[in-house]
Amino acid sequence: MTPDAANSPVATDALVRLDSVHKIYQMGITQVHALAGVSLALARGSFWAIMGPSGSGKSTMLNLLGCLDRPTRGRYLLDGQDISALSDDDLSEIRLRRFGFIFQSFNLIPQLTVQENIELPLYYLGWDAAAGAARARELAEMVALGDRLHHRPTELSGGEQQRVAIARSLANTPDILLVDEPTGNLDTATGEQIMELLAQLNAEGRTILMVTHEQNIAAYATHRLHMIDGKIDRMEGDL
Amino acid sequence: MRHLRAIRNVQLGIKTLILHKLRSLLTVLGVVFGVGSVIAMLSIGEGASHEAMQQLEKLGNKNILLMAAKPTEDESATVQEGFVSVYGLLYEDDVRIRQSIPSVVRTVPVKEIRKNGRLGERSLELRIVGTTPEWFGLVQRNVLAGRVLNQRDFDQHSAVCVLTEHGARRLLATGHTVGQAVRIGEHHYEVIGIVQSEQVVGSIRTPDLNVDAYIPISVARERYGDIIIHSAVGSFLRERVELHQILVQVDTVENVEPTAQAIEALLKRFHKRQDYRINVPLALLRQTEATKRRFNIVLGSIAGISLLVGGIGIMNIMLASVTERTREIGIRRAIGAKRRQIVMQFLIETVVLTTVGGLIGIGIGVMIPWAITHFAGMPTVVPLYSIILSMGISVSVGIIFGLYPAIRAARLDPITALRHE
Ligand SMILES: Nc1ncnc2c1ncn2[C@@H]1O[C@H](COP(=O)(O)OP(=O)(O)OP(=O)(O)O)[C@@H](O)[C@H]1O
Ligand SMILES: [Mg+2]
Repeated sequence: MTPDAANSPVATDALVRLDSVHKIYQMGITQVHALAGVSLALARGSFWAIMGPSGSGKSTMLNLLGCLDRPTRGRYLLDGQDISALSDDDLSEIRLRRFGFIFQSFNLIPQLTVQENIELPLYYLGWDAAAGAARARELAEMVALGDRLHHRPTELSGGEQQRVAIARSLANTPDILLVDEPTGNLDTATGEQIMELLAQLNAEGRTILMVTHEQNIAAYATHRLHMIDGKIDRMEGDL
Repeated sequence: MRHLRAIRNVQLGIKTLILHKLRSLLTVLGVVFGVGSVIAMLSIGEGASHEAMQQLEKLGNKNILLMAAKPTEDESATVQEGFVSVYGLLYEDDVRIRQSIPSVVRTVPVKEIRKNGRLGERSLELRIVGTTPEWFGLVQRNVLAGRVLNQRDFDQHSAVCVLTEHGARRLLATGHTVGQAVRIGEHHYEVIGIVQSEQVVGSIRTPDLNVDAYIPISVARERYGDIIIHSAVGSFLRERVELHQILVQVDTVENVEPTAQAIEALLKRFHKRQDYRINVPLALLRQTEATKRRFNIVLGSIAGISLLVGGIGIMNIMLASVTERTREIGIRRAIGAKRRQIVMQFLIETVVLTTVGGLIGIGIGVMIPWAITHFAGMPTVVPLYSIILSMGISVSVGIIFGLYPAIRAARLDPITALRHE
C-alpha cells in the first residue's frame, strides 16, 4: 500500500480527495506544519479510523475534511468539487447539507433540551418546527433516548450525551460523519455501545471518518490511516 | 417560512433572557429609565402646551387683554381717611386705541362692580360687567336661553342683564329663567338671557367669570359712577376706576404682537404710572412653548445620556455573553450556521432585551405623568407618538449596541470557538 493515495484504484470515484494538502499555522515567527503534504482519496461508504500520536495532525485533517477550515496549500475535492476556494457561506452550506460532526466533548448546547439540540441542524435547514420536532423524536428513539427529549444535556450521562450528539449529527442525513475521539470521555462499556452504533450507521451506508488513538476503538473501522508529523504514514484495510 | 424563522429566533431570544432574569433586568435598566424619561418629558411638555392651547382658544388668539392694575405705591396711602385711589384704564384709552391703531378691529370696554344679587330668598355675590354688545362677539360663549345685549339696550339705557349659567342656577333655581327681575345692589334688572361661562383653568384668566351679570356700560356708568367704595376691616377704601378691562381684537394673528406694542406705547403717553397690564394670550402661548422647548432639551439630554449609558451597558453584557457562549457559536457554525445567522441570533437577542426594557420604560413613563397630575396637579398628556418613538428608540438602541457584539460573535473562527473552554 502506498501512501500516495491519489494513484490508488479508489481514487477515481473517491468521495473525498486531498492533493498534497498543507496546513500551516503561523505562531509568531515560527511556523507549525500541522499538515505537511497529505494526499488521499477515500471511497464512499468506508469507515476510516485516523490514528497517530498526539500532535500528528489528525484533528487538523478532520477539520479540513469537514470544511471547517481551508488548506493553506493544496487541493481538496469533495465529490469532485474543489472546495479550497469557496466562500465562508458556501462552506457553511456544505457542512449543513453533507456533514455530521461528533466530538470527544459532545458539544451539546447546554441551554437547549435534547430535542432542541437534535433539531438544530434542521432549524438551519429551514424545516418548520413541527417537522423538526417529529424528526428529532425519531432520531432520539433511534439512539434509545426517546424518553429524554425534554431533558437538558447536563442531566444526562456521558454516554447519553454522546448519543444525543450522534442523533444531532444524523438530523440532516449527512453523506459523511466526522468523528473526533468519540469515546475519549467515556468508560469502556459505554464506549463500546457508541462504537456499535457507529458501526451500524456505517453498515447502513454512511461514510465515517473517525479520529482515535485507541486500538480497540479503531478495530470497529473497516480502514485505518496512520499519521506522523502531519504526513500519512500508512493506510490499512480493504481498499 | 422566513417569518416563521423570525418568530423562532425571537422565542429563542426570550428564552435566553428568561434564563438570566436578573442580569437581563440590570442590563436593560438604562433603557428603562431612558425610555421612561422620554415619555414623561413629552407628556409633561404636551400637557403644558395642551393647556396653553386650550386657554388660548378660550381667550382668542387674536385678542389682547388690557387690565387695570393698582400701582403698588398706592397701597400704603389707602389707610388715610378720605383718600381716593385713582388708577386703571380710561374711557379715553378705549377711544384712542380704537381710533389710532389701524390693526385693531374692535375694542370692548369693561366696567366691573361687585354687588350682591337677590331674587326672593336667594342671594349671590355677582360681578356686574358693564360692557358693550361687542363683548359677546369677542368672548364667544353659548347662549343657553334668551338673548345677549344689543345696541338698543345700550342706546336706551335699558335695565337688563345677561347672567351666566352658574349665576342663573344659584339665583333663579329651576323656575322661569328669562324675563324675571333680579335685584343687584339697589337696582333692578330684567334677565334677558343666560350664557355659558368658562371655568377658570390654569394660570391664564379668562375675561369672564361664572358669577358675571352683563349690563350695558351706559347703565353701569349712570347707576354706579366711577368711584367704588370697598369696605375693608374698620375703614373704607375708595377707588376711582373708569374701566377695569379693555378687550382688543386685532385683524390678524401676525399683527397681535406689533399691536400690543403700539398699545403699550400709546398708553405710556397718557398714563404716568403703570396702572394697567397688557395680557397677550398669544405671547403667553409662545412663552409656554419656549419653556417646553427648554424643558425638552434638559430632559432630552438626561434621556439621551441614560440611553447611551444603557446602550454601553448592553454592549458590555452582550460582549461578555458572546465570550461566554463562544463554544455554542462554534457548535452552531460547525453544524452549518452562516455568519449572517449568528449575527441575527445575537442581534435579535439584544433587540428583544431592549424592547422588553422599552416596554417596562413605557410603563414607568406613563406612571410618572399620571403621578405628576395626581399629586402636583400639573396637566399631562401622554401622546401616542411618544410611545411609538420610545419603541423605536428601544429597538434602535438594541440594534446599534448589539451589532458590534453580534459581528464579533460571527467573526469567531469555528475551530477556535469549538476548542474554547
Ligand atoms: N490553531 C492552531 N494554532 C497553532 N497551532 C495549531 C493550531 N491547531 C493545531 N495546531 C498544531 O498543529 C499540530 C497538529 O494538531 P492537531 O490538533 O491536528 O493534533 P492531533 O493529532 O489531533 O493531536 P491529539 O491527538 O493530541 O488531539 C499540533 O502541533 C498543534 O500544536
Ligand atoms: Mg486531536
